Amino acid sequence: MVPLNHVIALSAILFTIGVIGVATRRNLIVMLMSIELMLNAANLAFVGFNRIWSQVEGTPTIDGQIFVLMVITVAAAEVAVGLGILLSMFRNRDSVNVEEVNLLKW
Amino acid sequence: MPIEPIAKILFIVVVMVVGIAPLITWIERKQSAVMQDRIGANRADLAGITILGLLHPAADVIKLMTKEDVVPDGANRVLHLLSPLIAAVPAIIAFAIIPFGGVYQFGDTTLNLVGADIDWGLLYIFAIGSIAAYGTILAGWSSNNNWSMLGGLRASAQMISYEVVMGLTVVGVFMVFETLRLTDMAIAQDTSFRIFGFLNLYFGVDGWWIEHIRLPAWGIFYQPLGFLMFLTAIMAENKRPPFDIPEGESEIIAGYHLEYSGMRFGLFFMSEFIGIIIIAALTATIFLGGWVVPYWSTADIIDLISPFMGVGFATGFCILIHFSTFLLKVFFMIWVQMLLRWSLPRFRYDQVMSLCWKILLPLSIANIFVTGFILLLVKG
Amino acid sequence: MTVETILFYVFGTLAVVSALGMVLNIRNTVASAMNLVVTMVSLAAIYLLLEAYLVAVIQIMVYGGAIVVLFLFVVMLLNLSTDEFPPGKQRVVKLAVAIACVAILTQVVIALDRDPLLAAQPGAVPEGFGGYRQVGLSLYTDYVLLVEMASLLLLAAIVGALILAKRKID
Repeated sequence: MVPLNHVIALSAILFTIGVIGVATRRNLIVMLMSIELMLNAANLAFVGFNRIWSQVEGTPTIDGQIFVLMVITVAAAEVAVGLGILLSMFRNRDSVNVEEVNLLKW
Repeated sequence: MPIEPIAKILFIVVVMVVGIAPLITWIERKQSAVMQDRIGANRADLAGITILGLLHPAADVIKLMTKEDVVPDGANRVLHLLSPLIAAVPAIIAFAIIPFGGVYQFGDTTLNLVGADIDWGLLYIFAIGSIAAYGTILAGWSSNNNWSMLGGLRASAQMISYEVVMGLTVVGVFMVFETLRLTDMAIAQDTSFRIFGFLNLYFGVDGWWIEHIRLPAWGIFYQPLGFLMFLTAIMAENKRPPFDIPEGESEIIAGYHLEYSGMRFGLFFMSEFIGIIIIAALTATIFLGGWVVPYWSTADIIDLISPFMGVGFATGFCILIHFSTFLLKVFFMIWVQMLLRWSLPRFRYDQVMSLCWKILLPLSIANIFVTGFILLLVKG
Repeated sequence: MTVETILFYVFGTLAVVSALGMVLNIRNTVASAMNLVVTMVSLAAIYLLLEAYLVAVIQIMVYGGAIVVLFLFVVMLLNLSTDEFPPGKQRVVKLAVAIACVAILTQVVIALDRDPLLAAQPGAVPEGFGGYRQVGLSLYTDYVLLVEMASLLLLAAIVGALILAKRKID
């Protein structure tokens, strides 16, 4: 198997691509998908670390994987609510361009 | 040269996909004809010899391959091409975990008649089912057609709803057999249990009738409600009538595969029929005991034949018996599905959704509770 | 150079390429969503290589089979697939942000390479590591409070999504 820093490097690359997606794209759906990509990158880091450092005083633990399950749960909840917000935004403005949601801008 | 995996892959592809799936199209034609009191398709012939219409699957393949491949004008060509593949490939790779036979010892080699004996086999089927939903959704969207889009939307909602229920209904069986590996599940059904055993255990009643009235330890006898719910959920997942709203022929023309012609439609068609085989094989393995012969366990078969011909030959004969039993059960479940298809009218879309969320979901959770309660009583 | 190592690099490259395809795809939102599915499935394959079996299957079932289907559903329902926004005012700023992110990434990757603690090869793990039995046992004995909180969170999300999606609250 690969050494750990290759796994973490892959996680960092995916996270950076997600950050670029959120920072540069204006389509709200692509921004939400980039947030999902960032969460996935964090999951990969969790699973990678759990594989290496799973021995705590001899007993193998899977705490990293438990946390990954929680992250997946949170991501599912966030996608549901985020898409609800997107639907409301589309109903009000007929567009999903986030630059048009600027009524509160000074 | 890994001969065993290659042999298994060849078996799955050549025998199951290329051999039995066209046979099922013939079964559908003939069974529907018999049920509707007509003759069915019997005119495809080879030099004047028609064999009850068994050449129709071959004629179908030739027809589909030679038809013109029409892609609609504003369609997304890449996704239009990929959708039949995304629908067909999960159906074929789901054969990897179906046990066609048990684990047999030949001296010091072990023969395991499963493609991949993974520990979480049943979860693999659910993961595959989740991916197979994309074929339908993308086919509906990429055709640039209102009716296809409607079919694709209905398909996506139906398939992701019934995935949830499909997972929950099997939890009861999982609790009883305590394994997700399909081989172990079939091996656990290789015995029989006493119907009136609880009288013996809790009330101390004794008698020959308690000892000898036995049922095979199949999943359907432990979880009858689970069997019905699982069959409903997985037939809805496969968009099989009466749940074929996505391809409702009388409502939205042909739904998501409207704009497909030639072999691309053939791939959709084939993936549905391979899904029929998968449903039959899964139900047979989980609920009907798989390759197990009722009341005649593996050890008994080998003990019966080995005095005459030796243990090796006895094991080989046992493999034959088990394999034919499995095929028999698979064909029985295919017959049941055809029966359901040709007798029930199509569900309306809101009926499909309310069946899933309002009836099957509470029932499956209640099934889990009751099963857990009984298991707690029985096993302490 | 075992098969596992080669598979890790293959799936890693596939994940990165499809993630780039998702972010850089301007014209077609459905193609972005499909690229996201490819990323998630290749990450699930990497989890299998890292012996996290239950997490891999749940990743395919929940992420690849439900969350991205939800995205596709909304895209198809609202017909958002081929919106092309006029070029924004701050293109240079966005390019600068992207370059800054890539610069930080290179620093991180170089720092990873120098740390001797992280260069460890994974050791052997006991039988049943990452399987559903161990994860299930751990979830329902050590972390049962997390499970309850997750269920409350999901309930809140369901109610929130329902209210946001209704046309009028009566």
